[in-house]
Amino acid sequence: MSGKKLLLENIEIPGIETFEVYRKSGGYASVEKALKTMSPDAVVEEVKKSGLRGRGGAGFSTGMKWSFLAKPDGVPRYLVCNADESEPGTFKDRYLMEKIPHLLIEGMITASYALGANQSFIYIRGEYMWILQILQKAIAEAHQHGFLGKNILGSGYDLELVVTPGGGAYICGEETALLESLEGKRGNPRMKPPFPAVKGLWDCPTVVNNVETIAAVVPIVNHGGEHYASIGIGKSTGTKLISACGNLVRPGVYEIEMGLSVEEFIYGDNYCRGIANGKKLKACVPGGSSVPILPHYLVCKTEAGLDRLMTYESLADGGFKSGSMLGSGGFIVFDEDQCVVRNTWNFARFYAHESCGQCSPCREGTGWMEKVLNRLEHGQGNMRDIDLLADINKKIEGNTICPLGDAAAWPVAAAIRHFRDEFEWHVNEREISQKRNYGLIQEKSTSLA
Amino acid sequence: MIKVTIDDIEIEVEPGTTILNAARKVGGEIVPPAMCYYSKLPGTGGKCRTCLVEVTSGSAANPTPMPKLVPSCSTNCMDGMVVKNSTSERVFENRGGIVEFLLINHPLDCPVCDQAGECHLQDLAYEHGAQKTRYEEERRTFEPIEIGENIKLHMNRCILCYRCVQVANQLTEDRVHGVLYRGEHAEISTYIENALDTDFIGNVIDVCPVGALTDRTARFKSRVWFLKPMEAECSCSKCAGKAVLWMFGDEIYRVTTRKDHYDEVETIDDKTAWICDECRFEKKDKSQWNIIGPREVDRHSVISQGKYETKIGNQPKKIE
Repeated sequence: MSGKKLLLENIEIPGIETFEVYRKSGGYASVEKALKTMSPDAVVEEVKKSGLRGRGGAGFSTGMKWSFLAKPDGVPRYLVCNADESEPGTFKDRYLMEKIPHLLIEGMITASYALGANQSFIYIRGEYMWILQILQKAIAEAHQHGFLGKNILGSGYDLELVVTPGGGAYICGEETALLESLEGKRGNPRMKPPFPAVKGLWDCPTVVNNVETIAAVVPIVNHGGEHYASIGIGKSTGTKLISACGNLVRPGVYEIEMGLSVEEFIYGDNYCRGIANGKKLKACVPGGSSVPILPHYLVCKTEAGLDRLMTYESLADGGFKSGSMLGSGGFIVFDEDQCVVRNTWNFARFYAHESCGQCSPCREGTGWMEKVLNRLEHGQGNMRDIDLLADINKKIEGNTICPLGDAAAWPVAAAIRHFRDEFEWHVNEREISQKRNYGLIQEKSTSLA
Repeated sequence: MIKVTIDDIEIEVEPGTTILNAARKVGGEIVPPAMCYYSKLPGTGGKCRTCLVEVTSGSAANPTPMPKLVPSCSTNCMDGMVVKNSTSERVFENRGGIVEFLLINHPLDCPVCDQAGECHLQDLAYEHGAQKTRYEEERRTFEPIEIGENIKLHMNRCILCYRCVQVANQLTEDRVHGVLYRGEHAEISTYIENALDTDFIGNVIDVCPVGALTDRTARFKSRVWFLKPMEAECSCSKCAGKAVLWMFGDEIYRVTTRKDHYDEVETIDDKTAWICDECRFEKKDKSQWNIIGPREVDRHSVISQGKYETKIGNQPKKIE
């Protein structure tokens, strides 16, 4: 398999989930290196140099986020790992935690050291109960071997690590809702500012990072930030886990170097090996359900005709008009037999179900969109419903407390933008639309053969 | 002191003042409507999104406009900030959208609702609402429940402002009154429909901006505009005893707290003048009160206005 691997390098080694095997294959080296030879600030500096960006979806610079952490005297600081992976189409963290749990534990220790946190948390979604047990076992092993607890490796640094399960709400993946939930409250997102870096868990400065972000700290400390930054293109550095699903020959979790072309990723022999059953590509959601959907002619090429690459910038090329986002790396591929209206309704149903109900645009808007899409999909829609949907989108987007409102609005807006003819077909051909799918839309000039 | 410009009016405020409170200092058209924010209740605000305003210049130091509309109730003023509320088309358009969201599941049962005439949602709908609904689906419905002997909860009318939750949080030690479920299905409730056992729980009725929480001792007795509000006081061991009596002839139909221009409970002698349940629900005899005189009721009542000013249509009002 081509391409450099930093996170999943050792994943095939039998028994890698145990401490002994993980340690023998070079594990916990970053903890030793950081605690024995580096100051906490030096670790933060390496992460800054690496150009690592948050892997949870927003893509904010991790080094920046860490340097924003307030450090008042006498107030504890916390590191919280966001393992509440619940975006439809995203299952990369699950794979990582399930197969190589010690990588996350190692990253947590190194990152906690860098931030000066003596108590760190892994907030895992309730549905991942068996992974909770895997992680707890790994933590116990790390404790036994002196990598957690008091005076780690004789450095004088103490750290306790706790895994807490959530109750299974998507909203608790939003960092402030996660903190509320961790405090034992209802998982409602908080108003920002103040940001968690100033007032987070129990009003103390807190950093919340995704599982993959924290795991990436390990190779950054081991090989240096510059080495990490040398992989990838421009501001998209390092490697990224992509969880590919949908109508692919070989779906699964892949670690790719940033800058791999989308075409190579979908059709390449080392990756997904093309669309299953000899069908044609119809559409692709490249970053988890909340990012805009791309029609087939914009998947592998941007509107300007350039190759689309797996980077934050290239996937977003063209803005929302003809681009999408890398998001959390949930790569969903649809073949010609899939119905975009049905899929959009499915996503809308998810967001309506998962909205916390705190602020009015999201609470009422997501439910409304779901009902309208439900009618459209089931042959009960009218032409004006399509414009209505577009208008509801506009009223939700940007007007909510947390990004869930945007996440609910974007996929619907993009589906109408690119697949309006299919929506109209559902209205005009009510009976036929209940019996068969629309198929491919007209090929545009930028389409691939 | 820092300078902030709201709708071309420049004012000086203390650092840490929110945009909404700065606007309230000036008063009039430039004050954004607030359905969930309640200055007397810490922790409220930010939820209803009706007070969204446009910030065209973040501060003197960083004059870039803010990309999103911001909730004025929870955004602090910065020195040199320029805010547009009633002069912004964008604000009016989005506020209209928010009002529509608040109304799609609202039963619009004003003709039988006790809050009619002093309802914030009614005011907001007159000011920003559309004349026709675009909502063709079935509205969500709940059964009305009784929380305590004297309070009726009509969840259908609720806009989930969380004000009553904050009142209950301040009055009770345990979290017994809160929000159950999520999203569209979220509802206000007490723990297993329990009665709240405190002397001040009646105040949830006064903070409710709509007719979701109503006084069972006054329900269906009279429309508010037929009643005469009288300022009164009594000696009470639990509260300050400063209230407003809503009278019809010599009969007291209803007792509420004294509310200010923004329909918030007044501060009297540096204390928020909440009244106790005994004063509210039991003292319905004229002899129990010392009546001071007629009370002027402001803004949120047809009593003082006689009629609603019609502002139908979404045209922003320009300030000369």
